[in-house]
Amino acid sequence: MVAPNSTQGAVERTAAHRTPASSYAGREPKIRIEGVSYWYSRRQMLNGVTLSVPDRAVTVLFGPAGGGKTTLMRLVNRLNDLVEDTQMTGRILLDGEDIYTPGTDVTGLRRRVGMVFALPLPLPGTVRENVVYGPRLAGERNTSRLSEIVERSLTQAALWTEVRDRLDAPALSLSGGQQQRLCIARSLALEPEILLLDEPTSGLDPISTAKVEESLYALKKDYAVVIVPHSVQQAARIADVAAFFLAGELVEWGEGPEVFTAPKVKQTEDYITGRFG
Amino acid sequence: MSNPSTVKTRASGPTRLRRRTRVSEFALETLIRVLGFSTIGFVLLIFLFLLREGLPAFFQVSPAALFSTHWYPTYGFFGTLPLILGSLLVTLLAIVIALPLGVATAVFVREVAPQWTREILKPVIEVLAGVPSVVLGFFGMTFVAPLVREVLGAPTGLTAFSGALILAYMALPTIITVAEDALDSVPRSLRDAGLAMGATRWQTIWRVVVPGARSGILTAVMLGMGRAIGETMAVMMVTGNAAVMPTSLVSLFRPIRTMTATIAAEMGEVARGSTHYHMLFGIGIILFILTFLINLAAASAIFQKKRKGGLR
Repeated sequence: MVAPNSTQGAVERTAAHRTPASSYAGREPKIRIEGVSYWYSRRQMLNGVTLSVPDRAVTVLFGPAGGGKTTLMRLVNRLNDLVEDTQMTGRILLDGEDIYTPGTDVTGLRRRVGMVFALPLPLPGTVRENVVYGPRLAGERNTSRLSEIVERSLTQAALWTEVRDRLDAPALSLSGGQQQRLCIARSLALEPEILLLDEPTSGLDPISTAKVEESLYALKKDYAVVIVPHSVQQAARIADVAAFFLAGELVEWGEGPEVFTAPKVKQTEDYITGRFG
Repeated sequence: MSNPSTVKTRASGPTRLRRRTRVSEFALETLIRVLGFSTIGFVLLIFLFLLREGLPAFFQVSPAALFSTHWYPTYGFFGTLPLILGSLLVTLLAIVIALPLGVATAVFVREVAPQWTREILKPVIEVLAGVPSVVLGFFGMTFVAPLVREVLGAPTGLTAFSGALILAYMALPTIITVAEDALDSVPRSLRDAGLAMGATRWQTIWRVVVPGARSGILTAVMLGMGRAIGETMAVMMVTGNAAVMPTSLVSLFRPIRTMTATIAAEMGEVARGSTHYHMLFGIGIILFILTFLINLAAASAIFQKKRKGGLR
């Protein structure tokens, strides 16, 4: 791991198996997670996680349930701020800036870091209202600008052709797969820099899943995409960078193909092969 | 019949015991059924009684006279319009006052207050619901009415407005409790979704959580209205009880009389079987229809929510 920021050298506890190889190493990471530990009412959820998320690539966080993947995601956009009785140590840097510095504009941060949840959760209202919800909150009032945003976001989420005639239908009238892509579109409407997806396809059928994954391929050209996949197969399909979590520890991370074909740690291998065979 | 005692009885053989179990089972089941049906029966009987005593009024008094503007039964004027409008005026005004207060309180209790405050507030609000209406009426007469008279310069403090204030107070616990439940049923993930899109806490509450609980809040309002329109004692004590047509905004600050107060005040001194007597029951029928419509509206709001699959 090449650390462009000199302070990182001290924090880095680089063991051989933790070092991700080659092509992303030279790039400035979009998100840099440094020694993050997290407790929820005395129960430790994360233990000294250090990880770099590259820009314009899909980073997959995988592992068995309770490993801390979702927790880590919710820390990156500070969604856990309102959860009581928690404690965090370590740093999370976005473009080199610590997002937990006092005085950080949290709502601004959340606009930069879009998030999509496991269950498709349309807000009450129509398809169009869902998409323009974020931009409206951010103060966008111009109608023609808003309809541009609607078309662009829905196109990026591979949903435009299906709903172009139903923009004023209630969002809940869409199918599950469409609702999830609507939620992706809703996040994209804010033109975020990073997109966090927490098991976005867990409730979807294979065809809808394929469509969502397809939109991810298009999205990674412009965004840093971080995803908790709903299966190892999905992880292997889409990972540019893969990170394996087990009981709050980051066991191993590196380029996707390597992690899935030649894992360096036994636990990773057990998990992957256990699922495959 | 698969509880352990039955099985044991069967295994040990004596059919007598088995029969006794079956008989007691049957008796219990019958008892519960009879109790259930008799509740329906009582409601029906009350309704039939109301119809029997009230319907003659609608034959004895012509429809035009029935909805005229003079209620003066001793001289044969049975115009119910001032009473109906009186009730509606006080009720609607009460809701206009109670709705924002109630929803705001519910939002505070559910979304803003820290855990310990919430644990104190909830029971306190529930106790409010238990204050007897005559106590509130007394409070209204001795405190609210003089205040209204002095602050607003009305000739008397016993006005529609004073009644609405008291009724609003009475409807508040219902509205708060039901609205709070509705807010509570908005899934946490929906809040997260709002926050994740860069909404502030307040924007999330007002634009995601409250709209998400919209139908529940509507139900709260309807239940509060049902409570307010049927209330008798408190309004009788503070609205001044003059059967005057409310004609303008000034009427808000003049005495009026509600349907319930009319029945309660006049039933004691009416000759049984007279037109006046039947008319009072007739008012009861009108009131029944109004509350029924309100409840129907509330039920259909709930039904709509269910049909749409709620909000998960």
